[in-house]
Amino acid sequence: MDGSHPVMSTYDLHVNGRRQSVDVEPDTPLLWVLRDHLGLAGTKYGCGIGQCGACTIHLDGRPVRSCTLPVSAAAGREVTTIEGLAEEGKLTPLQEAWCEHDVAQCGYCQSGQIMTAAALLRDNPKPDEKAIDQAMAGNFCRCATYTRIRQAILTAAAK
Amino acid sequence: MNTLDRRGFFKVSTLAGGGFLLASWSRAAESDDAAFSPNAFVRIAPDGTVTIMAHKPEIGQGVKTTLPMIVAEELQVPWENVTVEQASIDPVFGGQTAGGSTSVPSSYDRLRRLGAVAKTMLVNAAAAEWQVPAEECAAVSGEVVHKASGRKVSYGKLATAAAKQAVPDEKSVKLKDPKDFKILGKRIGGVDNRGIVTGAPLFGIDQTLPGMRYACYLRCPVFGGKVAKANLDKVRAMPGVSDVFVVDGSDDLYGQMPGVAVVADSTWRAMKAQAALEVEWDHGKHGAESSARHEENAAAAMKSGGGEVLRDEGKPEFAEDALDVVYQYPHLAHNTLEPMNCTGVFRDGGFEFWAPTQNGGSAVDGISRTFKVPKEKVKIHMTRIGGGFGRRLMTDYMLECAAIAKHLDGTPVKLTWTREQDPHHDFYRPGGWHRFRGAVDENGRISAWADHFVTFGVRSDRRPGNGAGIHPREFPAEFVPNFRLEQTVLESNVPLGWWRAPGSCALAFAIQGFIDELAHKAGKDPLEFKLALLGGRDRVGDYHVSRMKGALKAAAEKSGWGEKLPEGRGRGIAFHYSHRGYAAVVAEVTVSKQGRLKVDKLTAGVDVGPVLNLSGAENQVHGSMIDGLSAAWFQEIEIVDGAVRNTNFADYPVLMIPDAPAVDVVFVDSDVPPTGLGEPALPPTAPAVCNAIFAATGKRVRKLPIRRNDLAWG
Ligand code: FES
Ligand code: FES
Repeated sequence: MDGSHPVMSTYDLHVNGRRQSVDVEPDTPLLWVLRDHLGLAGTKYGCGIGQCGACTIHLDGRPVRSCTLPVSAAAGREVTTIEGLAEEGKLTPLQEAWCEHDVAQCGYCQSGQIMTAAALLRDNPKPDEKAIDQAMAGNFCRCATYTRIRQAILTAAAK
Repeated sequence: MNTLDRRGFFKVSTLAGGGFLLASWSRAAESDDAAFSPNAFVRIAPDGTVTIMAHKPEIGQGVKTTLPMIVAEELQVPWENVTVEQASIDPVFGGQTAGGSTSVPSSYDRLRRLGAVAKTMLVNAAAAEWQVPAEECAAVSGEVVHKASGRKVSYGKLATAAAKQAVPDEKSVKLKDPKDFKILGKRIGGVDNRGIVTGAPLFGIDQTLPGMRYACYLRCPVFGGKVAKANLDKVRAMPGVSDVFVVDGSDDLYGQMPGVAVVADSTWRAMKAQAALEVEWDHGKHGAESSARHEENAAAAMKSGGGEVLRDEGKPEFAEDALDVVYQYPHLAHNTLEPMNCTGVFRDGGFEFWAPTQNGGSAVDGISRTFKVPKEKVKIHMTRIGGGFGRRLMTDYMLECAAIAKHLDGTPVKLTWTREQDPHHDFYRPGGWHRFRGAVDENGRISAWADHFVTFGVRSDRRPGNGAGIHPREFPAEFVPNFRLEQTVLESNVPLGWWRAPGSCALAFAIQGFIDELAHKAGKDPLEFKLALLGGRDRVGDYHVSRMKGALKAAAEKSGWGEKLPEGRGRGIAFHYSHRGYAAVVAEVTVSKQGRLKVDKLTAGVDVGPVLNLSGAENQVHGSMIDGLSAAWFQEIEIVDGAVRNTNFADYPVLMIPDAPAVDVVFVDSDVPPTGLGEPALPPTAPAVCNAIFAATGKRVRKLPIRRNDLAWG
């Protein structure tokens, strides 16, 4: 960020199955487009440098840190956020397991945790604890709910 | 009910003044057919909906669920019928601060009586309608029943009539026998769980208002520094930026700090504008302070002695070969995951805020004082909070938002800090040093103990800052015959604050570590040694020794204390009393020959009286142990040239899931009123882990963070 001003452009975004366009500068992280321009505040700002996982979304089905993903790189690709997981108000088994285990304390990290876990279960529907730890290693929880995160993923995998 | 209605409702209560019960009952009496609102805490609508206000801030400690559970229990409504609403800051609710694990102990009795008063009025209303004595009627699961005639009627149908009943005396209402509890003591999930897993905008940082702008606020990295010059015009010309201005602030480290505000049409543009600021700061005389200098000064003080003597009993005498060691720990940041933020507007001579605050009452005071507006004109709506740990007891970020909102006069604004600002402008857990000397007698008991404690004061070399200092009765005072405690206060310009289990979070590491050293010196099993130190008395002052021993034994038994472990593995045990809770932790660790640490398991024994929500309680204990481990293993704030060097998670490492140990907890259910659980299990965790490291390797960790120690062995 050096004070030079990149020019605004229009970007077509596919977010949670909807097409939307925004006028922003190309370096704007997708995180802030979601939160400030599209009113999707479920994706969280924690560090802004790809180290905490609070901002995790799916880009073409892969878990990605939206705080370091410029909007220009997301245009035209499928973006899914935490708001887009449940279909017509019906929670996914993963979200249900999260409620069942009462995982959250403050809850701030949990949308990022769930998005990372959802991607894990898609790749590996029956992960063991080791695979869970590996997949979730980049998602910080300041309240240290790690024990229940593991349990909730195992429960969801068994559903 | 929408915001406007709610405000009206509270206003009436406030105008009535005094106790919240009366105030809100009188409001209920005013309305004929509307919802039955026995007081500010409970509303029962004619359709049977029961709404209970959560009057304390939710920082992850679970009070938004636990406190309404208490009301619902006595009100005799099924939990499924209850809707919980977050209250705003209003004198009608009494204290609304969350800190020091006080929410449960300060509210338990009051909330039970509140529920019971409302229930009694519903029962009386039914009895009046049926023209039977109230004693023949009972409240069961959201209905009042008359056993003799088999009649029953729902709370919803009774609500309007109940509002006209006389208010029974809260002191004489009959409370339930805890053995009949249907909600308390069970496993109840958090009321916001569904919102959390679907990404609902619950948190402070998620708030938006029509026409809102986005702001950042840059402060001097050196605490107390002022703005000398800044490239305001250049930054103002950046796209989307509407305002850039200097806030003079004051020299009060706990008040409005000077800085430069930038306002833009999105968070990202505000952050970019902030990054483009070039500010020349006036550091005053504060630019020289450093952690290295603190260390030198502490060493000199401990060497020369001569601190203020806080306690001197018997004759502590030490032979040549007595233990004489120094324990030390660094400053810590709170590091909440949700950065500081606040949304607000200044309109018609008053403020309205939507804020993640643990301490709304203090924010009202501070904002009213700083901006010279009457307290009634400062309205605060509490949002869910993405982590508190004591950080959001401070209201600096709200004062910043207020300054910007005032400047924008009428335009709403959301202030968001960057992550980098978070470690730079915290109110830190104070670091400290203890020079311990200790002796054991021929029976293997501690015969003499001396502690020269070096702590911090904020711009004072006499008065310890927030969370610093030590109480003259801190354990093991009163448990060791010859005891000396002296204290030196290092003057510092670094603001200090309350960090989860203030004081205890640090003291337990040092004290419980040194006791363990003495146990080994005496050639005793640490558990036996610690039980013997606690001794046979039931109480010593406030310290309930039997409860402490109960927690210690529970943790030991559950963890398999005493069972043999292979080479390179070890168990350690520690205990601590804080925030009216008794907690002991057993840690089990593996250390490789090269010194790589793995914490295998943490087992807690906790006595906080009866547990109100088993799910929340377990989560708190698991979380506080792992939090304590994370801080002790990895974290330190370093001061260089008057400012904090750490900037982000990159140089303030935190514990991630692969390092998270298995955790277990046993609750010892003493027959005392319940107390809070956000803190007590944290203090004994670090010393338990360090004692386990000693058991595994023969290496004593006397300096935190643990990662600074070479643990290689063999
Ligand atoms: S906010 Fe994106 S990883 Fe932390
Ligand atoms: S639940 Fe608070 S950060 Fe994870």
